[in-house]
Amino acid sequence: MTATAETTAGSRGAQPPVPDGAVTVTVKIRRFNPEFDDEPRWDSFDIPALPSDRVLNLLHHIKWYVDGTLTFRRSCAHGICGSDAMRINGVNRLACKVLLKDLLQKGDKQTTITIEPIKGLPVHKDLLVDMEPFFEAFRAVKPYLVTYGNEPTRERIQSVADRERFDDTTKCILCACCTTSCPVYWTEGSYFGPAAIVNAHRFIFDSRDEGAEERLDILNDIDGVWRCRTTFNCTDACPRGIQVTKAIQEVKRALLFKRV
Amino acid sequence: MQFHKYDVIIIGAGGAGMRAAIESGQRARTAVLTKLYPTRSHTGAAQGGMCAALANVEEDNWEWHTFDTIKGGDYLVDQDAAEIMAKEAIDAVLDLEKMGLPFNRTPEGKIDQRRFGGHTRNHGEAAVRRACYAADRTGHMILQTLYQNCVKHGIEFFNEFYVLDICLTETENGPVCTGAVAYELATGEIHVFQAKSVVFATGGFGKVFKTTSNAHTLTGDGMGIVFRKGLPLEDMEFYQFHPTGLAGLGILLTEGARGEGAILRNASGERFMERYAPTIKDLAPRDIVARSMALEVLEGRGAGPNKDYVLLDCTHLGAEVLETKLPDITEFARTYLAVDPVVEPVPVYPTAHYAMGGIPTNIHGEVLRDNDNVVPGLYAAGECACVSVHGANRLGTNSLLDINVFGRRAGIAAAEYANSRESHVDLPENPAASVEAQVALALSEHGQERVADIRTELQATMDANASVYRTEDTLKTALHDVQTLKERYAHISVQDKGKRFNTDLLEAVELGFLLELAEVLVHGALARKESRGGHAREDYPNRDDTNFMRHSMFYKQGDGLSADIRMDYKPVTFTRYKPMERKY
Ligand SMILES: Cc1cc2nc3c(=O)[nH]c(=O)nc-3n(C[C@H](O)[C@H](O)[C@H](O)COP(=O)(O)OP(=O)(O)OC[C@H]3O[C@@H](n4cnc5c(N)ncnc54)[C@H](O)[C@@H]3O)c2cc1C
Ligand code: SF4
Ligand code: SF4
Ligand code: FES
Repeated sequence: MTATAETTAGSRGAQPPVPDGAVTVTVKIRRFNPEFDDEPRWDSFDIPALPSDRVLNLLHHIKWYVDGTLTFRRSCAHGICGSDAMRINGVNRLACKVLLKDLLQKGDKQTTITIEPIKGLPVHKDLLVDMEPFFEAFRAVKPYLVTYGNEPTRERIQSVADRERFDDTTKCILCACCTTSCPVYWTEGSYFGPAAIVNAHRFIFDSRDEGAEERLDILNDIDGVWRCRTTFNCTDACPRGIQVTKAIQEVKRALLFKRV
Repeated sequence: MQFHKYDVIIIGAGGAGMRAAIESGQRARTAVLTKLYPTRSHTGAAQGGMCAALANVEEDNWEWHTFDTIKGGDYLVDQDAAEIMAKEAIDAVLDLEKMGLPFNRTPEGKIDQRRFGGHTRNHGEAAVRRACYAADRTGHMILQTLYQNCVKHGIEFFNEFYVLDICLTETENGPVCTGAVAYELATGEIHVFQAKSVVFATGGFGKVFKTTSNAHTLTGDGMGIVFRKGLPLEDMEFYQFHPTGLAGLGILLTEGARGEGAILRNASGERFMERYAPTIKDLAPRDIVARSMALEVLEGRGAGPNKDYVLLDCTHLGAEVLETKLPDITEFARTYLAVDPVVEPVPVYPTAHYAMGGIPTNIHGEVLRDNDNVVPGLYAAGECACVSVHGANRLGTNSLLDINVFGRRAGIAAAEYANSRESHVDLPENPAASVEAQVALALSEHGQERVADIRTELQATMDANASVYRTEDTLKTALHDVQTLKERYAHISVQDKGKRFNTDLLEAVELGFLLELAEVLVHGALARKESRGGHAREDYPNRDDTNFMRHSMFYKQGDGLSADIRMDYKPVTFTRYKPMERKY
């Protein structure tokens, strides 16, 4: 079966022309396909790449020209759809937002890039993980505007300052970089995880919303915000630059002082 | 094979699909089938805004918006549809606000509005502030808000289900849509969904081009499926090139940047749009700006070492405006080109962006089977559909509007139709047969052609021969190339033979759709011997209303990938606006 065969460079036929300015890099990828494999393994690919390439380009090169069985998700290729979160050299990143030039070794040493699936979610195949538990936690915090009473005919009025209050957490693309970098989530999968809390924050601090209490009740649960030990991994991992830990702290404070 | 039965199924979970689902899901038993997780859809990439004549910051009305849409579309717009869209725009924006969308606000706390290309006060007098926005993340906010509301309403999703065929049942009154067939990515299993109504909301097909703002997954599946069923596609030669893609990459920088005051300059620093569109300059519609940029480069006034791009100058806007109103595009330029828009101009060049054409529908989203008749039970909305509100050139912000207005309409119409039917019409015999055969063939050993090679060559020829400027010669070259690639496609090899998450297989299937649509595009571009909106023929530089003031309709003539294409025409609907020369 092709999928289990040793991967050798060029097994998909002749390689495309190498562009000017390309360097050879080694891409070391954690592979696992439960359909054929008993356990995960590492595969290494030596491929040509430009310093301006995104890591996603390297993965595409491998998939398209070397090993078609390599499996990962991607769509937008510029950091807005949240499909391609993975562990690149040990940290959670979007493959389409990391450029090779920022990973190159100094001097003449050949660069090796290590890529693994994000941690804490079951691996379905290679770099592709089961996102269902992640989205389940998101859905559990009532991630939508809750209002009571009659709707106004025009828009609800919201001051510029009130709109600014929750701006940071509206940027979330649900990529899971944060949640799958959280040591608490790794050990206790029942923890909602930072992404769900970020999305709760987005509504709790929206002046138009009237569901803060319901949501805070949910987050006060044993698997809620109190699990967070403020290690800042999540903030470092967020490709949208969201102050994740700060948002969690604000939710904790809202719970302690019963007001937002 | 698995079997499911619903009242309504919606294919696609971008803005159009989820807007439809919110309506349909509250009226009938609805399922959404989507090849991507809903929040991965490319609606999330939209940046600049969504237009509606709210008149929150200056005088405006929907009639001006209608006129701008029609003129922007170079009079190929169906005027009844444009009027509906401009009128319903106001509620479409207010609905989103009520669903929770965090729009930017005016000092009084109302929804703020900004300028956008081609949107004017009083029929062209000056640019008007009509685009409602949330920084340069308007599409992201729309996608998130719609998904949040789907969660609220408990909409049922089948994520990572690739729809590859629909079921048409022949009746004495012609074909009726009775369901769809999907391939489940996780397992490789085929699923048949029987339904009373089916709504296509599968988005665009920008991946026929190399330089594009579109996602890898925008491969025109919905249009391809419908076309293969012998149903028509409309106006496929009209493809929009957005002026400001990051040079060489195609990643979009929103027109909202120019709406906030950014200026296009050539190598010598000249604000060249003053020459091409003296009244509204950099805020002329996209087709005009894209052609002006291409001309500057062709005539040797391009910037950079190869003189092959122009510059978008945002430096005078200041860090404050860039960081607060255009934060994402500022970051894109920094990340992907290592250029900081705060201090230096950004290299830009037109990028393939938006399909004006698509699956022809009426104003209720019902799909046409010819100029006069619909396919009962079949609907389409969003970029995959052609109502036609965009005519030969879409105005910026009118797509986010289109997906909300016509997504909603299609959702309501599909649910009401389903509720008006007592029972499901029987599926055709062996509904899954053709998908099963397609998958089996792709996985069998029948050649050594690589999918990536064919796709790369397709994109190269489309960029070179069928983009901003076209001629008989370039188009014939493109047609020949596409047809040759189709022949090679018959010998592709898929390396992954597994059942689990076989994205290798699906890339091959998607390439089939791309090849199909590329040929239709080129075919239409060859036949349209005039220049109108986004379709610019160097050999026919003028608009020809006598011969070409009509929509193109394309029909596939057989089953094979290389089957012939038959062309027909459909009249444009006029209400109150007579065609005029398009000056800005
Ligand atoms: C970078 C960028 C910026 C833009 N900015 C603006 C803007 O500021 N204003 C504006 O008005 N417009 C803008 N546009 C255009 C606008 O965003 C799109 O036209 C619009 O969002 C398309 O929405 P949609 O719902 O039709 O399709 P999409 O959002 O693309 O969704 C398509 C859906 O179909 C599904 N799908 C596809 N094929 C299949 C299949 N075979 N089986 C199952 N599911 C399938 C996908 O999973 C996805 O959910 C922009 C476009 C781009 C690319
Ligand atoms: S700050 Fe809290 S949520 Fe974030 S990684 Fe640390 S423990 Fe997890
Ligand atoms: S908070 Fe940041 S890292 Fe976490 S899911 Fe959202 S975008 Fe991704
Ligand atoms: S592919 Fe969309 S975020 Fe990377």
